[in-house]
Amino acid sequence: MNNVSQDHFVTADGRSIGGALMEMQNITLRFGGVVALEDISFDILEGEVRAIIGPNGAGKSSMLNVISGFYVPQEGQVLYRGSLRPAMKPFQVATQGIARTFQNIALFEGMSVLDNVMTGRITKIKSGIFSQMIWKGRAEREEIENREVVEKIIDFLEIQAIRKTPVSRLPYGLKKRVELARALAAEPSLLLLDEPMAGMNVEEKEDMSRFILDVNSEFGTTIALIEHDMSVVMDLSDRVVVMDYGKKIGDGTPDEIRNNQEVIDAYLGVSHD
Amino acid sequence: MLYREAGDFSTSYTADSQTFPIRFDRYRYYFILVVAFLVIPFFVNDYWANAILVPFLIYSIAAIGLNILTGYCGQVSLGTGGFMAVGAYSFYKLMTAFPEISIMLHVLLSGCITAAVVTLFGLPSLRIKGFYLAVATLAAQFFLVWMFNKVPWFYNYSMTGMIGSPERTVLGIVVTGPNTDAWAKYFVCLIFVTLCGIIARNLTRGSVGRKWMAIRDMDIAAEIIGVNPLKAKLSAFAVSGFFIGIAGALYFGVFLGAVEVTEAFGIEKSFMVLFMIIIGGLGSIFGSFAGAAFMVLLPVLLKNVFVGGLGWPTDLAAHLYFVIAGGLIIMFLILEPHGLAQLWRLAKEKLRLWPFPH
Ligand SMILES: Nc1ncnc2c1ncn2[C@@H]1O[C@H](COP(=O)(O)OP(=O)(O)O)[C@@H](O)[C@H]1O
Ligand SMILES: [Mg+2]
Repeated sequence: MNNVSQDHFVTADGRSIGGALMEMQNITLRFGGVVALEDISFDILEGEVRAIIGPNGAGKSSMLNVISGFYVPQEGQVLYRGSLRPAMKPFQVATQGIARTFQNIALFEGMSVLDNVMTGRITKIKSGIFSQMIWKGRAEREEIENREVVEKIIDFLEIQAIRKTPVSRLPYGLKKRVELARALAAEPSLLLLDEPMAGMNVEEKEDMSRFILDVNSEFGTTIALIEHDMSVVMDLSDRVVVMDYGKKIGDGTPDEIRNNQEVIDAYLGVSHD
Repeated sequence: MLYREAGDFSTSYTADSQTFPIRFDRYRYYFILVVAFLVIPFFVNDYWANAILVPFLIYSIAAIGLNILTGYCGQVSLGTGGFMAVGAYSFYKLMTAFPEISIMLHVLLSGCITAAVVTLFGLPSLRIKGFYLAVATLAAQFFLVWMFNKVPWFYNYSMTGMIGSPERTVLGIVVTGPNTDAWAKYFVCLIFVTLCGIIARNLTRGSVGRKWMAIRDMDIAAEIIGVNPLKAKLSAFAVSGFFIGIAGALYFGVFLGAVEVTEAFGIEKSFMVLFMIIIGGLGSIFGSFAGAAFMVLLPVLLKNVFVGGLGWPTDLAAHLYFVIAGGLIIMFLILEPHGLAQLWRLAKEKLRLWPFPH
């Protein structure tokens, strides 16, 4: 049994990494005949940046969907903060401090940037519908408190100028950033990022990498991210899970992964041909 | 300079989330309130009240109600007529059963009863969406009208099957029944419009409104963020029902005085309110008012111009009304889904920078 207070260590750049925040144990997920995930186990340590890599269709997104409660695996169990997580609806998982972004941007297109990010704080709202009808008092106070947090995130991600813009008018790269802002607004303990840099140009990727590292080091947020660009993964992550055809074929530090023969054959070898 | 936003900076988040963040808009809003409450009641006559102002106010409430459900929360409803009937019959039963209680309270209670009924009919929305939900609400529409026709208890076993509102007073002023003054009808409706407008605005600018819009725009993402879809959808049905119930109660009790359910609350009513929010603007409180004003004023205008001015037969003018309304709906659906409210916003944007467009 993993104990959260056990084996803390400090990374070369001074971040503190603790015990397991999340443990996936023998997860198997099937869609009819398709086995998307087959007997996969790995853990995510508190404070680390954990990457999940693998070719298209390997099951990476499915894995994130299991973590965020959107898919329910047929076998295996999920431990969160050391205890078994019971079956939960996705909105209940959100209240546990898990936030995410999506591979295909899933912003609320009819709303402004500000409203999108404010929606990220929905789990923090305590005032009920009757108090909000009247607005004065608790509802208004809460709105202002949330707005203050959201404005900090907007500053942090440098999207002040587009605050009031409807997201449908934003270019792709900025949408990705707004989606990150929405996830951060929840002040999550665990942040899941599904291909946060897909389709971005080099400059945008550099910005996004910087934001991810800053989130991790400044807020201490644990991050699990899926990424295709190998150089990005090697730079960003503390540890890497490698998947192929729904199976885990490697798990370790970027250096270990780079030198793992099975991984080279299955994945790195192919993409570097 | 007519209208300015530039130079009008919010210095606090309270100021920024106000209903009218721009000072000019705020003053205009206060001005309208003063005129509506303190000027119009002294000048309004029977024609203006019955042909224009009272129906406009009542339809505004219904349109806000439907807009919350459809425009904000994305749940299409064709049951508005039937839901208004629930409000009307609740009001009738309440005012005849408890004549000693103020009808203002009865109107609110009718809203609450309708909220409960509409929530019940909203339950299928947890499973079905879009077209199928529209069909389910259509079924609700027909069922409710059928029920109010069929069950004599609802119309107190009257021979005609109609319901009529008896005379009731508020603070000594007659507000229902045939002896009601035009200004009193207008004033009662105005009070409820103001109340509903404020409630709707408060709900839609805060987290409840964001939940609704999140469900409308992308329900899966909304759920993963932490929105409980069951609560969000049913709360939209309930709030929507509350407003539509109030509108139904006023439509029967204050505006018409006596109604026959098929005629007053048939499927045409559902479509009419739906057209109002499409023309006015989906997801906009202002648009609800604009759409209601448009749909109420258009036939009056056509009648005055073509029948009164050019001597056309009345039925031709009535047909023209459908042609124009239908054409506009198609135009708005294709070109400008945010309706008159968006046109108004665009006009303001132009005005704001005028006379220097760049
Ligand atoms: N909702 C679903 N229904 C059916 N099959 C699915 C579903 N989601 C994922 N899959 C299948 O699971 C496998 C893994 O997909 P995915 O997790 O999206 O891969 P990756 O993100 O690594 O590209 C694929 O074969 C995909 O077709
Ligand atoms: Mg994927």
